[in-house]
Amino acid sequence: MYSVNYHRATSVADAASKAKGEAKYLAGGMTLIPTMKQRLAQPGDVIDLMHIGELKGIKVEGKVVTIGAGTTHAEVAASAAIKAVCPALCHLASHIGDPHVRHRGTIGGSIANNDPAADYPAAMLALDATIATNKRKIPAGDFFTGLFETALEEGEIVTAVTFVAPDKAGYEKFPNPASRYAMTGVFVVLDGGSVRAAVTGAGETGVFRSVEIENALAGKFEASALDAVTVPADGLMSDMHASADYRANLVKVMAKRAVGRAKG
Amino acid sequence: MGIEGIGARVARKEDKRFITGAGRYVDDMVVPGMKHAAFVRSPHPHAEITGIDVSKAKAMPGVIGVLAGKELKADGIGNLICGWMIHSKDGTPMKMGAWSPLAVDRVRYVGDAVAIVVAETKGQARDAAEAVAVSYKELPAVTDAAEALKKGAPQLHPEAEGNLIFDWELGDGKATDAAMAGAAHVTKMHILNNRLVPNAMEPRAALGHYDKAEDHYTCWTTSQNPHVARLVMSAFYNVAPENKLRVIAPDVGGGFGSKIYIYPEEIVCLWASKKTGVPVKWVADRTESFLCDAHGRDHITEVQLGFDADNRMVALKVDTIANLGAYMSLFSSCVPTYLYATLLSGQYAIPAIHANVRTVYTNTAPVDAYRGAGRPEATYLIERIVETAARELNVSPAELRRKNFIRSFPYQTPVIMNYDAGDYEASLDAAMKAVDYAGFGKRREDAKKRGKLRGIGMANYIEACGIAPSAAVGSLGAGVGLWESAEVRVNAVGTIEILTGSHSHGQGHETTFAQLASGRFGIPIEQVSIVHGDTDKVQMGMGTYGSRSGAVGMSAIVKALDKVEAKAKKIAAHLMEADEGDIVIENGTLKVAGTDKNVPWFQVALAAYTAHNLPAGMEPGLKEGAFYDPANFTFPAGCYICEVEVDPDTGRTEVIQFVAADDFGNIINPMIVEGQVHGGVAQGIGQALLEGAHYDPASGQLMTASYMDYTMPRADDLPSFKVSTTNTPCPNNPLGIKGCGEAGAIGSPPAVINAITDAIGNNDLTMPATPQKVWAAIRAATKH
Amino acid sequence: MASVSMTVNGRAVSGEVEGRTLLVHYLREHLGLTGTHVGCDTSQCGACVVHVDGKAVKSCTMLAAQASGSTIVTIEGLADGADLHPVQAAFKENHGLQCGFCTPGMIMAATDMIRRHPEGLDEKTVRAELEGNICRCTGYHNIVKAILAASEAMAKGGKAKAA
Repeated sequence: MYSVNYHRATSVADAASKAKGEAKYLAGGMTLIPTMKQRLAQPGDVIDLMHIGELKGIKVEGKVVTIGAGTTHAEVAASAAIKAVCPALCHLASHIGDPHVRHRGTIGGSIANNDPAADYPAAMLALDATIATNKRKIPAGDFFTGLFETALEEGEIVTAVTFVAPDKAGYEKFPNPASRYAMTGVFVVLDGGSVRAAVTGAGETGVFRSVEIENALAGKFEASALDAVTVPADGLMSDMHASADYRANLVKVMAKRAVGRAKG
Repeated sequence: MGIEGIGARVARKEDKRFITGAGRYVDDMVVPGMKHAAFVRSPHPHAEITGIDVSKAKAMPGVIGVLAGKELKADGIGNLICGWMIHSKDGTPMKMGAWSPLAVDRVRYVGDAVAIVVAETKGQARDAAEAVAVSYKELPAVTDAAEALKKGAPQLHPEAEGNLIFDWELGDGKATDAAMAGAAHVTKMHILNNRLVPNAMEPRAALGHYDKAEDHYTCWTTSQNPHVARLVMSAFYNVAPENKLRVIAPDVGGGFGSKIYIYPEEIVCLWASKKTGVPVKWVADRTESFLCDAHGRDHITEVQLGFDADNRMVALKVDTIANLGAYMSLFSSCVPTYLYATLLSGQYAIPAIHANVRTVYTNTAPVDAYRGAGRPEATYLIERIVETAARELNVSPAELRRKNFIRSFPYQTPVIMNYDAGDYEASLDAAMKAVDYAGFGKRREDAKKRGKLRGIGMANYIEACGIAPSAAVGSLGAGVGLWESAEVRVNAVGTIEILTGSHSHGQGHETTFAQLASGRFGIPIEQVSIVHGDTDKVQMGMGTYGSRSGAVGMSAIVKALDKVEAKAKKIAAHLMEADEGDIVIENGTLKVAGTDKNVPWFQVALAAYTAHNLPAGMEPGLKEGAFYDPANFTFPAGCYICEVEVDPDTGRTEVIQFVAADDFGNIINPMIVEGQVHGGVAQGIGQALLEGAHYDPASGQLMTASYMDYTMPRADDLPSFKVSTTNTPCPNNPLGIKGCGEAGAIGSPPAVINAITDAIGNNDLTMPATPQKVWAAIRAATKH
Repeated sequence: MASVSMTVNGRAVSGEVEGRTLLVHYLREHLGLTGTHVGCDTSQCGACVVHVDGKAVKSCTMLAAQASGSTIVTIEGLADGADLHPVQAAFKENHGLQCGFCTPGMIMAATDMIRRHPEGLDEKTVRAELEGNICRCTGYHNIVKAILAASEAMAKGGKAKAA
């Protein structure tokens, strides 16, 4: 790791005021610290967001779920309030990384980083969540803009995500055998007759909604509705672990399984 | 704990320190004044070094020294060597290219060491290493062994034309061709054995300390054989004469072969300590381990197996290309030759065998022994082709094996080895029973109803362990003898220290070796200590690899214990005025048989040291040493059966059950032996399903250089294993031991691949059988 | 430089560290607690697992400065004086270790796992929960056995407290 100065923020405003130059916000650090360790990132300063009370916590009012950006994956996985309205999100959170990672990694950090193989972006997109920052509210559809790219501006901090729990949602992923990140993950949502299916781990430009899956499920929200679907390999990633063709197959298979496990 | 002898399932003595965080690994060592090193490494697979500018690095904060290859050479430090001479079939010696511990004018693989930076902290050393400006002129590179042999391929070493190190053969080629020509059925296969990275969890490390006052060097290193390290560093690398060099391998966190070799880093740390005047510690990070630890396997083979009309094997013909990487590592030449081709008869009576092996330089990390070393490659070959032949001949794989088993011993194979003992049918039967082979058909049907493809596969391995008779290996080209030493020191109060040249890096020697003395003299096992891993304490030893610590290391201890026992009995007889031949040892006392006269063990020990009343002419003391040179290899063998379910939608394989029935001869501690099998099987399943080192042929970069891309077996990739043993004692060593350290990794890969190919109905599948590959193979099979 | 102060194995410690100092290096090099190991660079092997404020965390993926103000337990602080923690005892009893390098992280992960599963553990759960801990020696067979045995022993002994 290159030399770095550490700053601990006490509030969102304090964090924003400390952000300058090449500074980076540090949430759980489950991606940033390894990246820095491998000397692939060289922020001169890191601003620790983990001690900011206002970023913590889960609130469920009726079907409206709000999760503070500093909430860890373990906390989401274990949240009875979320489980009651959207168990798929708890299932997703319980399968991010490993137990030690889930103790530190946060939802805000995950979506702000927008790793193309991260789980949360698929959920945010399919749930049509709203990403709140210290400056504005951004619809998930506008938030994820490319590989490790988001709509966040310099110094902008994710503070919370909000979504309305759908009638049904399900998530299934096929992990990369080595890294255990999603090689393909599909989050499906049925809400008032409309269907959204977001795919992570597979797209060349990051998380995306699959028109083919959504169209097929629109008539009948059942796994069998996907039997005849062909997911195009165009635009899917190809690497030594999985070709685009194989990922296209996984999109379909994971979508079927996500529908199979979807619950309200 | 108490008196724990041979056969006792006693918990390990060494565990206490490991479970409380008190283990002492090289990276835990702190020497006053110690500084930290980082290596500058080649980012290119092949390039000329046109200049090295260290001025910027030297000016960085905390930097104590920056040293490069030219200074190393100027100080007379020698090149790394391969210690096993192989001659090509035309009689010419192998072509060993120069390997300088720090590259001087050319780098030949990504990770090749170019310079060392010594600084106050590890972070500062790394900062400065990045600031060393090395100018390279890139050269074309080749990473695949078959490609490297082609005309026009990039050339690595001027010594080795066409990148060919040697072209070697074993067996009778004419007889094999003739037998093959007359065969009723010939099965042919093209087989790849995937390159693996050993991945001991403790990364390699070295701490070099030059003591100016004594003109003496100490090296703490992650070694499986510190004495060999000292010998080689003295005799070939000119670091220091042996009496001026102490090598200590303290707790070592796994080896699996990768810590046998003497690498550039320990040599350079010792030299740099003298140059800079400070103790120098280097600890690899994981990516350095991936890039620079010796890799394993990487064979390309064409194989044919001929049968007569009665399905008896008549001939086996093997043509292998083995990738040895950019330089010849210490034992690299013997792995694809005498540890491989000599085992090609497997468990079968095959009258004619011929193997041709070409070894090749490529722009990749050096390849050397990794758990099994040659024997997994041989076993994979035989057990894949036997299974394939059974499918082609439409006979049961078990029956085809049974029909061809060697059944009388000793058995001379056509490829050097003389098998001393075994009962292959016993392990086959035990494994088939344990797996419920008969019930497989129903399980397959049940799986089908759940949409899964279930398959079963077996492998009947044999290996050669306990390496090795020194004269025999000497005649085959080994540069060292492969005996082992031991010294048993009985203290004046009867406690015992056993000094051994074997090295434990997970094998539990502190327990099993102590069991030998505890059981024999009837003293509590806590009163027996094992001393190893330090050239100042143990005079000489050959170390631990090739599953040799039991068969060779413990045999040496037995020889020394015999001498101690004989002297103790003489003393006891003298004390009790009895005949030496009447003395027996029972429960910690030496008794006159048939009487109640006895003298406790500790009193005999005390008498030996007070020397007040010893038999006339006897020297005081109770300390004996022994060297043991084995009379033959040992031949562990067994049958492994794997049952898998494949998810046809994703290609993911789940190992449902894995059964191992091994014949290891006599067993000292069954708990530890089972643990060795578990670990070996996990590595074998890893090779079959998960692991593969992959160099990008275009860039020459190692694409699998971290756990993000190299799949290590994790707990949820594996089942619990069903292991059992059958026992035909080895007739060639005093304990009847065969060795158990590598069997798991040798027998399991073909069992797994035989099971998957059985499940999916497509035999065309290479390791690692990743989900993507299996999915593609299923699709290819359904298209036919 | 950053000032850090924390409680490690019940002892208050403080000091000045470089900003880039990882918690694992602070423990190993500044406090001499070398039981916590580093086995990879990519936060996957788990040899470095310690408990930070009662939860298993990879100490190689946390700056020492981030841990300032926290309560840390390392492998050296797990045993109760001379009495081994039940998980330590189970690893020994079941031969759950060979070379010992991954063992501290395994044991710290296992105690955390047992704490999080007061309802008890089964083999499948244990294997899934070990995703963040890599062992090269044991094939996990005896590690799984040891964790299941410890979980049962602790449930029986009513000692399923956060370690």
